[in-house]
Amino acid sequence: MQNLLDSEKKINSELTTKINLTKIKHNQLYVEIDKEDLIEVTLFLKTNKDTKFRQLIDITVVDYPEKAQRFKIVYLFLSHEFNQRIILSYTITEKELIPSLTSVFPSANWMEREVFDMYGVNFKDHPDLRRILTDYGFEGHPLRKDFPLTGNTEVRYSEDKKKVINEPVKLEQNYRNFDYQSPWEGTEYIKEQINNDKKN
Amino acid sequence: MTKKIKNLNLNFGPQHPAAHGVLRLILELDGEVVEKADPHIGLLHRGTEKLIENKTYMQAVPYFDRLDYVAPMNQEHAFALAIEKILKIDVPIRAQLIRVMFCEIGRILSHILNVTTQALDVGALTPSLWGFEERETLMTFYERASGSRLHANYFRAGGVHQDLPAGLENDILNFCESFPKIISDLENLLTDNRIFKQRNVDIGLVSKEDALDYSFSGVMLRGSGIAWDLRKSQPYDCYEQLDFKIPVGKNGDCYDRYLCRIEEMKESVSIIKQCLNKMEKGPIKTFDGKISPPSKKDIKQSMEALIHHFKLFTEGYRVPNDEIYTAVEAPKGEFGVYLISDGSSKPYKCKIRAPGFSHLQSMDYLIRGHMLADVPAVLGSLDIVFGEVDR
Repeated sequence: MQNLLDSEKKINSELTTKINLTKIKHNQLYVEIDKEDLIEVTLFLKTNKDTKFRQLIDITVVDYPEKAQRFKIVYLFLSHEFNQRIILSYTITEKELIPSLTSVFPSANWMEREVFDMYGVNFKDHPDLRRILTDYGFEGHPLRKDFPLTGNTEVRYSEDKKKVINEPVKLEQNYRNFDYQSPWEGTEYIKEQINNDKKN
Repeated sequence: MTKKIKNLNLNFGPQHPAAHGVLRLILELDGEVVEKADPHIGLLHRGTEKLIENKTYMQAVPYFDRLDYVAPMNQEHAFALAIEKILKIDVPIRAQLIRVMFCEIGRILSHILNVTTQALDVGALTPSLWGFEERETLMTFYERASGSRLHANYFRAGGVHQDLPAGLENDILNFCESFPKIISDLENLLTDNRIFKQRNVDIGLVSKEDALDYSFSGVMLRGSGIAWDLRKSQPYDCYEQLDFKIPVGKNGDCYDRYLCRIEEMKESVSIIKQCLNKMEKGPIKTFDGKISPPSKKDIKQSMEALIHHFKLFTEGYRVPNDEIYTAVEAPKGEFGVYLISDGSSKPYKCKIRAPGFSHLQSMDYLIRGHMLADVPAVLGSLDIVFGEVDR
């Protein structure tokens, strides 16, 4: 993995305006791009003889609900030839449509379905955008930060209706999330209190 | 007179012994030829990634056992390595050897299960009876080291939970002596078996190009003739110091993948032996009290150890802001963890890259034009475990 610097230079010089930021960390190359350039950049990475990122490892999303550009879409690629990994990312707002990679990598199909299922990110030209991991008829997108850990509905077999039914979750005891963060290293509520005291 | 012929839609699973778990495969059949396969997955979805986001790093480890539950420790390894890389902690050599040894035991566990159940799917019962006896022995090794046969929860960031009990090293060494005989017994039953070959040779062919395009990894890649193994190409822990070979297939069919798995088991036995020979007394986890819990003895005597213990099991250790992807060569292929930490004691995001997910995705491509009876054979050679596909 010695020539990671060379790859960084190569990508920067060939794609100049399409690259927003590159950095090398943990022996991996992190690249930030714009949504519009996704297909072009991946095609370059896949076919160029000096990069040859022939394999799409995974696609995922990171949710930052407090930001305007809420979702960060992440693509992981691997080059067998040069033994390098690259992490490609861009950010979008909640409602934005993004391009599908299925035309470049057939394996993107299910990965994008998972992204859609888990985060509700929509694709412009995906051939078969259905839910994949959640139940038939499921509502909501479980990996969003604002989706409750316990879920919204639970299933049970109803003796009256003679079928499996969905009901709102009823818990004997609410899910308890204790704040164990050390106050001496600045837990949020302590910090807020200190700040308020200063103001008064 | 013309007759209209309609294709038959067939539901394969989710309750089918050859579906290797809870796979619902909707097949479109023209006579006995499969025209289209549409796998429905998610019947075992437990929201592992969501749960991990709500647990401290140490509490998250057991979830990794429940992914690919036939080789639990290999998954834990990926998670432990990811945290270690962010925290920049060194793992003592004894801990590295123990971890590598148990990962190879996991590889044998997984390959025995796969090879023998694949044989079962194409009609041979005996291999599974012989193979499962050995799996039981291996799982008792798991139990003696970690306290549990399956869900070990044994690897920690910075080492392993506890040292090996007395006598275990010897017993594993004895197993390494006796196990090659079992492999050759299995090979006697299968490798030249006429029925086994008829069912597997030239079935589920994967070309090199397609193996790359479909994100294959592990045996699925090597079976098609691509020499790629993360243990060699991006070595982690002490794999660099060990001497082993990577078996590579030629034709990329189910039979070649079977041969690869058999050869890998032999290599694993040799790796385990090397680990045991190199193993010397020493620490089994990092000394950093902020990351690994103190010993019981220290807690009784040292105030600081008591505080460390309390803090570690309530707050947990903090991991600085970072983003990392770490992958290991699990028995089924590249198992990766994409971890985003935010400085608190819980991961902000933990994406699990399961090899089985992309393998199963290619089912339609692999099975199109094959006969219905080939479905279990192809499915068997994909080496699918639903714990990791559905997460």
